[in-house]
Amino acid sequence: MHETFTITQIRTENYRTKTFVFDKPFSGAQPGQYVMAWLPDVGEKPFSIAGADPLRLMVVAVGPFSEALHRLDVGDRVWARGPLGQGFALEGRHHLLVGGGYGVAPLLFLARKAVAAGHTVDVCIGARTAADVLLAEAFVSTDSTDFNGFVGEKSVKSVPSVEKLSITTEDGSLGGRGLVTQAVEAAIHARRPDCVYACGPTPLLVALARLCREHTLPHQLSWEAHMRCGMGLCGDCELDAVTRQVAGIPAGWLVCKDGPVLRFA
Amino acid sequence: MPDVTCHFLNLTLRNPIILASGILGTSADLLERAAREGAGAVTAKSCGPTPRAGHPNPVAVDWGHGLINAVGLSNPGAAEEARMLAEARARLEPLGVPLIASIFAGTTAEFGEVARTITAARPHLIEVNISCPNVADEFGTPFAASCESAAAVTEAVKRNVGDIPIAVKLAPNVPDIARIAAAVVEAGADAITAINTMPGMVINADAGRPVLSNRIGGISGPALKPIALRCVYQIARTVRVPIIGTGGVTTGRDAAEMLLAGATAVGVGSAMWTRGVGALGDIAAELAVWMGQAGYGTLEEIGVRSEE
Ligand SMILES: Cc1cc2nc3c(=O)[nH]c(=O)nc-3n(C[C@H](O)[C@H](O)[C@H](O)COP(=O)(O)OP(=O)(O)OC[C@H]3O[C@@H](n4cnc5c(N)ncnc54)[C@H](O)[C@@H]3O)c2cc1C
Ligand SMILES: Cc1cc2nc3c(=O)[nH]c(=O)nc-3n(C[C@H](O)[C@H](O)[C@H](O)COP(=O)(O)O)c2cc1C
Repeated sequence: MHETFTITQIRTENYRTKTFVFDKPFSGAQPGQYVMAWLPDVGEKPFSIAGADPLRLMVVAVGPFSEALHRLDVGDRVWARGPLGQGFALEGRHHLLVGGGYGVAPLLFLARKAVAAGHTVDVCIGARTAADVLLAEAFVSTDSTDFNGFVGEKSVKSVPSVEKLSITTEDGSLGGRGLVTQAVEAAIHARRPDCVYACGPTPLLVALARLCREHTLPHQLSWEAHMRCGMGLCGDCELDAVTRQVAGIPAGWLVCKDGPVLRFA
Repeated sequence: MPDVTCHFLNLTLRNPIILASGILGTSADLLERAAREGAGAVTAKSCGPTPRAGHPNPVAVDWGHGLINAVGLSNPGAAEEARMLAEARARLEPLGVPLIASIFAGTTAEFGEVARTITAARPHLIEVNISCPNVADEFGTPFAASCESAAAVTEAVKRNVGDIPIAVKLAPNVPDIARIAAAVVEAGADAITAINTMPGMVINADAGRPVLSNRIGGISGPALKPIALRCVYQIARTVRVPIIGTGGVTTGRDAAEMLLAGATAVGVGSAMWTRGVGALGDIAAELAVWMGQAGYGTLEEIGVRSEE
C-alpha cells in the first residue's frame, strides 16, 4: 500500500533535475532499491531511492509524470510504495561506482553507506555535457552537513569523501572527453576495485558488463524497464532478448522483483 | 514421503501446484522459469482476439490482507500468443510440465475464434476466462454471471478445440456458483477453475482516491482464500469434473485446505509476490510434508476425505 510523504525540501540539481526530500524515512531501504511513486490522476512510476532517512528522490523532468513531480512545492504530498526490488550489496572493501546521467541517484546513497563502513570508493560519472553532470560536488564534499547536499541528514556524523571522482562528458565540456567506460578502464588500472557498481542507460551497462568480464571483476548493474505491478507478477518488465543475451542476463529475469540490480560474479 | 503426483483429466502432473493465469505467464521464458521453479503445470496469461495495452498505473497494490489488481488483460492478441505458446510448449516438454493456455473475448463468437487460433499451439488444456464483460450485453455483464452466457461460451469454445480439453474459469461474484458450474459442465466443460479474483475497491483516504487507475479491481491473495474454499466446496458437491482450486493459496497447508474443499489441483498466483517464484515448488514440498504428518499417502486419499 502507498504511504503518504510530504515534501520538506526541494533542491535544483541542474536545468531539468530536482531532488525532493520528504518528511520521514523509508525504513529498511537499501541503495539500488526503488519506490513506485504515485500521483493520483497522473500515474505511478519507479524512482531509485536516493536516500532513505529521510526518503529522497532525484527526478529528471523528461515527460508527463516527472514534470508533474517538478511542479510540486514544499508541503505537497507524494504517495509511494516500497522499498521494492533487489538493491546493491557491498562486496569487498574498495568499490568503483559508475553512474550515467541520472543513474548517479542510487550511487550517492551507496557511496555514503560504503564510506560509513570504512571502505574506500572511486566514482566515475558520465554525461552528455557539463550541464548534465549530476551530484558531482556531493560525492566529494567532506562537510557532513553537505554530503548529500542537504543539512539535516541523520545518522552520518563526519563524512570522509570518496577517494577519486572522475567526470567524463561526451563533448569534453567538463572533465575528460569521451565515454565514461574509458574513465572506468583507467580507474581499474589505477586501483583494482573488489566490485564495480553501475546505474545508467542500457548501452552503458552493456559496455560495462563486457569490460568487467574482460577484467574478471564482480559487477552489480542496475537495469531499467517499463514497470507496472512492481511485484514480480505481471511480467511486463522482462528485458528484451537482445539486451539479455549481450549482457548475460538469465531468461525470465524480472527487473522489478529480481532486480533492478543484478550481480554478476 | 507421500506421493504428490496429480492426475488431472488425461494429464499427469508431478505435483498439484499450477501457476495461475496472469502471473508470470506472458512469455515462454517466464513459463519455463515457473516450471523450473517447481510448478506441476503452468497457465499462460489470458489472451484475447487482438492486442491490448491494459490499464495505466497503478495496476496492482498490496493493501495489507491481499492484493488488488486491474492490469486490464494486456496481451499480444491470439495469433502472437499462439506462437509464444508453441515455443513454451516445446520448452516445457522435456521438463514434463503441461501447458495451459488461457483465453478471453468480448463475444461468444470471438471466444470460438480465439480458441481455434490457440489450438494450433497444442496446449494440454485451454482455460476459458469468462470473468470479462460481454460486449453484446447492455451492461457489459461478465459471461460468468449467468448460466446462459457461460454455457454459450463453453459450447463455442468446445466446438473449436478438437480433442483439447477445456477448463472454464468461474467468477466468485455470483449468487450461486454451483448453478453456473452445472451449466458449463452440461455445455461440455471438461474441468473447472475456481476462482477468478473478487471485484473490489481500495481507497487511499489521505489521497482521497481509489488507488487503481481503473478504480475497481480484482481482490486476490490471502483475503480471497475463504471465498475460494467456499466456491470450490459448493462446485465439488454439484459436478463431477476436476477443479483447479485457486485463490489465496500461499502455503502447503493452504493447498491442503483447497484439496480438502474438493479441488483436484491448486492454482497459485499472488503468493509469488511475498514468496517469489520459488513459492511454486516450495508450496508443493510443504504439501508433501503436511500429508506425511497428517497420514495421507496420495492426493487421492485427500480427495476421498473431501467427499465426507
Ligand atoms: C528502477 C528504475 C529506477 C528509476 N529511477 C529514476 C530516478 O531515480 N530518477 C528519474 O528521474 N527517473 C527514474 N526512472 C525513470 C522513471 O521511472 C520514469 O520513466 C521517468 O520519470 C519518465 O517518466 P515520464 O512519465 O515523466 O516520461 P515518459 O513519457 O515516460 O518518458 C519520456 C521519454 O524520456 C525517456 N526517459 C525516461 N527517463 C529518462 C531520464 N531519466 N533521462 C532521459 N530520458 C528519460 C523515456 O524513454 C521516454 O522516451 C527509473 C526507472 C526505473 C525502471
Ligand atoms: C496481477 C494479476 C493478473 C491476473 N490476470 C489474470 C488473467 O489474465 N486471466 C485470469 O483468468 N486470471 C487472472 N488473474 C487471476 C488469477 O489467475 C487468480 O485466479 C487469482 O489471482 C486468485 O489466485 P491467487 O490468490 O493465488 O492470486 C490475475 C491475478 C493477478 C494478481
